[in-house]
Parts: sequence; structure tokens; C-alpha cells
Amino acid sequence: MTILRLIFQTAVLALGQLWANKVRAVLTMLGIMIGVGAVIATVGATEGLKSYILKEFDSFGPRKVWMDGTVPRSQRGRVSSTQYDLRISELLYIKDNAQTIDAITPMQFLSGTVRAGDEVRTGVSVTGMWPDWHEIEKRQAVQGRPLIWTDVNEVRNVCLVNDKAIAELRLDSDPSGDFILLNDRRFLIVGVIETKAVAQGFPGGGEARTELYIPYTTAIAMQPRDTANFALAQLKEAGGADEAKAELSSILRRLRRLGGEDENNFQVETVQSVIDQVSRVATGITVAAGGLVAISLLVGGIGIMNIMLVSVSERTREIGLRKAVGARPSVILLQFLVEAVVLCLVGGMIGLLAGAGLLLAVAAIPSSPLADAGVPLWAVGVSLGFSALTGIVFGMFPAIKAARLDPIVALRHE
Amino acid sequence: MAPVIDIKGITKVYRVGVEEVRALRGIDLTIARNEFVAIMGASGSGKSTLMNILGCLDQPTDGSYVLNGSRADRLSAGALAEVRNKEIGFVFQTFELLARSTAIENVALPLVYSRLAWWGSRKRAREVLTMVGLGDRMKHRPNQLSGGQRQRVAIARALVNRPSLLLADEPTGNLDSTTSEEIIALFKRLHEQGQTIVIVTHEEDIAGHAQRIVRLRDGKIISDNPTLADPIHRDYLDRVARASVAAAGTAIAAREGGSAREGGGVSDGVGGGVGGGGVRA
Ligand SMILES: Nc1ncnc2c1ncn2[C@@H]1O[C@H](COP(=O)(O)OP(=O)(O)O)[C@@H](O)[C@H]1O
Ligand SMILES: [Mg+2]
Repeated sequence: MTILRLIFQTAVLALGQLWANKVRAVLTMLGIMIGVGAVIATVGATEGLKSYILKEFDSFGPRKVWMDGTVPRSQRGRVSSTQYDLRISELLYIKDNAQTIDAITPMQFLSGTVRAGDEVRTGVSVTGMWPDWHEIEKRQAVQGRPLIWTDVNEVRNVCLVNDKAIAELRLDSDPSGDFILLNDRRFLIVGVIETKAVAQGFPGGGEARTELYIPYTTAIAMQPRDTANFALAQLKEAGGADEAKAELSSILRRLRRLGGEDENNFQVETVQSVIDQVSRVATGITVAAGGLVAISLLVGGIGIMNIMLVSVSERTREIGLRKAVGARPSVILLQFLVEAVVLCLVGGMIGLLAGAGLLLAVAAIPSSPLADAGVPLWAVGVSLGFSALTGIVFGMFPAIKAARLDPIVALRHE
Repeated sequence: MAPVIDIKGITKVYRVGVEEVRALRGIDLTIARNEFVAIMGASGSGKSTLMNILGCLDQPTDGSYVLNGSRADRLSAGALAEVRNKEIGFVFQTFELLARSTAIENVALPLVYSRLAWWGSRKRAREVLTMVGLGDRMKHRPNQLSGGQRQRVAIARALVNRPSLLLADEPTGNLDSTTSEEIIALFKRLHEQGQTIVIVTHEEDIAGHAQRIVRLRDGKIISDNPTLADPIHRDYLDRVARASVAAAGTAIAAREGGSAREGGGVSDGVGGGVGGGGVRA
């Protein structure tokens, strides 16, 4: 009780002291203020950016897996970049045998010229795919019907259009059953799907435009090759990313007859593993920020030690008097430690407010990716905790000096 | 009952470079409960050194110090702090008030380091401030008080923990003579209430208010005598005076055949005069 009262009284006294020497106090606390402010802004921004990216990936589909053929590092430049593209036979094998995924589709992209009546659009994005695409992308037909295996097996000239196409090509409001020309071939529109807003930087991102979706087989008939640009699949279970990666890799390695030493000439990525990667990068940045703040707290701590030494020498007589009326050395030690901690905590709090303010200012910029960035509670706790620790560590030497003063010598000071 | 102060063979040697300053060279002193002692001596005679040791602010180089029946020499810094807090009230020549704190905060300072609850310490500080006549100056800061008032705040602070020993090192050294009289009157009142008091002073008339004067020279006690303010001593002097007057009267009567009753009346007057002068001076 007595100790708590003493700490409280000392803290109040110390705050009064700070207020009386505002300029000096601010200069002293500058290092800590900058350190804490920087770390709060960095951590807040990193966390904000992370949650923004993760949200985008989430909208992209957390169960999504994509597969692609790649040229191994050792063969780069010596083989064509399409050498190891995924083969349809491989995808069919995976479709029939893989246990960890429940849907798969190759993705074949073409660019086409579309004509509907008098309207002509060039450079229209055309995607060739299997019916599983609807399930993987969660995009069902809102009008008409989805793509079906018969369309694929019979290499039909049918297509789905997005709702943007209806506007751009001035199609009927329910265009199912109408015909359009794609690269001068007649295609029957069988259904309409919603245009999905995909963030910039992701495949299909940016401004929504006319899109056509056709059977995969039809697409390669128009642009002969038996490989896919890449393939999409869907995890059977959301948490099964690692298992799926392992299974798909082992199937592909077997199919491609890769020996134990051979590098993969394909890659299997899950959204989950990208999310993990983003989280790792964010953690890395946070740790680096922590290192920076440690350095600035060190610098700030030296300032604190200096000012506390000045304070001890300025108040030598007061220390002598307090000792004369019965303050034990340990109590004097405590008093100066509390003062140093208060100084550091006040500096830390100012830095916290400054960092949070900076973050809010950036977040307020229109369409900023930091729109919902906030300061995580743990960062507040950690920075204030480290500020207090700085006070204790760097306040210790001056406090010991004060505690050891001889009362007579102290009272005779000046 | 054990004496408040019982010191034997106290010496204090300061080392300044290679030189040794022998500030105290063997002091024996016993002070009983409710004594009022003045310590006098030339500057540099060792008065402050002795007071600091009595106040447990400093430790003797040699010798023993028993305070209220328990040893007070060779204690740890923490134990000494506790003794200073509980047993001793120290009044300094230069008041030593905290400039940024109010009178009541200054008075309550020793209680911060004892185990009294906050409200209890406020109440006690108010009580003592009122007792020294500053009940209407509680919230004043030292720079808003006169020298005499400051010293009274310092005395209140010294008394706040009900110490068994009140020490004052030249408490009137920085005050004018009128204010000094007020302060010494306060000490006398405290003494009448049972307080044990030791003060250091240069001034004979201040010392005259004490019951006993200890004189130092070069770190040694050269005299230790009761004053006229000591009722026992006064009584003794009274009786001596009366006896000598009576003896003189008898001698005169024997020679001149005069009345012995007149001589008795004269001796009464002389005794009362000596005693009264001692109290009022
Ligand atoms: N801290 C010290 N270091 C060295 N010498 C000291 C110290 N304190 C006192 N002295 C010496 O001790 C002697 C007694 O000093 P002091 O007790 O202050 O005398 P007084 O109070 O009677 O004037 C003086 O000669 C003084 O110079
Ligand atoms: Mg002195």
C-alpha cells in the first residue's frame, strides 16, 4: 500500500515536473517519440496492407489452387517457355485421380474480334474452360444455362457472355439463343454470367469489359495446341492446401517421370500458401520495424539517462532532505525510476498518437489500400512496454546515484 | 527509563586528502527525557558534526550512541533512515523546505515515508501546522511565507511523526531577533508539553532559555551546566542565595543585634528575583 501510494505520488510529481519543463522534456523524449511513432506507423501500415491483400485474395477464392508448367532454373533459356505447359492428358488424369481437389479446369486465353449486328469489338478476352470453372470461380449462369460437358466433348460453338457484353454489344436483355460472331465463327449464346469485380493486379482485374467463355475444346480448335495456359482447381477442404500441393506435385512428377534429383517443371500454388507468404512478409517487416525501434529506444534511452542525471544533480538538496526525514535509499531509487518511466511513457504515448495520426492521415487518402488500417492493440502494448523498460534500464544508473547520496553531503550541495 | 541520548567516546575524523580533521575528539553526553539542552561553541568547534551524529544523519568514527535504549551507531543506511523517520525531528538553519510544495505538503513529507494512510497524514499535518500557529497558511508555498513562518513549517515537519528527540542546528541563525524570540518561545512551549529538545546556537540569550548549556571547543565538551531556566538548578541557586543571605543576616544581627525576620524577607526577594529573571529574560 505504502509503495503504491509512493509510486502514485511520485508519478504525479513527475508529471508536474514534466509540465514545468515542457521544452526540455520534449527534447529529451524525442528519440522515444520518433521510435514509437515510426514503429506504430510501420506496424499499422503493414497490418493494414496485409489485411487489404488478404481480403483481395479471399475474394479471389480461398479454396483456389492453380497449376502451371514452368521451366526449371537449370534449363532456363535452353527450352521454350511453353515446353512444360500443362497437358490436357495430365489434367484429365488429375481430374479422375486426385483426392484432395473436387474441381479442375484448364484455362486457355484468346483474344478475339466479336461482332453482334453492327457492333464490333476487338481484343475481347475469351476464356476456354471446362464446366468445373463455374464451381471454382463461384460464377453461375444468371440467365440461360452454364457450360456443360457435352459442349466440351462435342466441341460446340457455344459461349457464355458477361453482363458487360450485353451493354457493349447492344445485345438483347436476355441474349440466350442469339448468335454472335467470334473471329468470324458463329457462336450460340447459351447463358449470361455476372461480371466479377477483380482487383487490379490480379488475372482479369481492372476495368470490367466484354468477356466470352467458351468450351476448352472449342478454344484450342480455334488456336491449335493441346496445352493450357494454366489450370485452376478447387480444394476439397479449405484447410487442405498443403496436402493438395503434395498430392498434385507427386502426381505431376510421376506423370512427367521426374527422378528424385530433378527439379519440378511445374508449379502448384494455393491461395492459402500465398496468404501465408504475405503474412510472412508482413511479419518480417514488423520484426524489422521492431529492430529499428530498439535502436531508437536506445538512443532515446541515452537522452533519458542524461536528463535524469541532470535532474539528480539539480535536486541534490531535495534528495538530502528527503533522506533526512526518513526516505530509505530504496525509496529514493524507486522515486527516480518512476520518474524515468513516466518520462518514457509520456514520450511513448506522444509517439503513439503521432504514429496513429500519420496512419490515419494516409488511410484518409481516397482509395488508399490502407483505408481500414488501424493500430493493433498488441503494438500499443509492446511499444508502451518497451518505453517503460527503457525508462527502467536507463533510469537505473541515475536512480542508483541518487539513492547512494549521503544525506549530509547532499544537504550541503551548492 | 533509559535516557533519550546516551553517547560515549564519540569521535569524528574527516579525511580531506591526506589531512585528517578531527571534528570531535571524544564526547560523552547523556540527555534525559524532556530535557532542553543548548549546545554552544565557536564556529568550527564541532557543533554541527555532533548534531548530525545525534540526528543519525552521520555516523561517528568511533564511540557508541544509544538512542532511547537501542544502538544507533553502525546501522545500515536503511535502518538509519527508519530511525530518522520515527525518532528524530531535525530543524535546519536554512529551513530546507521543498520550494514547489505547499506548507502542508512540506509538513506531511516525513509521513510519506512512514506507514500512515494519506488522509491520516493530511489530518496530522494540519494538526501540527495549526499547533505552530500556521493554521491559515496551509496552502502557501515557501516563497509566500516569511522567514519565521518558514522555520515554523520546518518545525512542524520535524514534529509531524511525534519524534522522541527534536534537534535544531542554529534554528534562528537566519532570522532577526524578534522572529528568533518567537521561534524560541515555540521551542519552550514544546518543551513544556514534554518534548526533548537539543538546539545549537551562537547567542547566549537564546541559549539562556534552555535548561542546560553544553559548550564545545575543538571537538571536546569544555563545560556542561544547568541554566537559570532549569527549575532544579534555580531552586538550588535559590536555596544557596537564601542560605547565604540568611547567614549574612545572622552575622549582621549578631554584630548589630538587629531582627532575623528582616533578613529572611530579603532572602525571599533575592531568590524570587533570580528565578523570575531566568524565566522572563
Ligand atoms: N565534510 C567535512 N569534511 C571535512 N571537514 C569537515 C567536514 N564537516 C566538518 N568539517 C570540519 O569539522 C570541524 C567541525 O565542523 P562543524 O561541526 O561544522 O562546526 P560548527 O558547526 O561548530 O561550526 C571544522 O573544522 C570543519 O572544517
Ligand atoms: Mg554548524
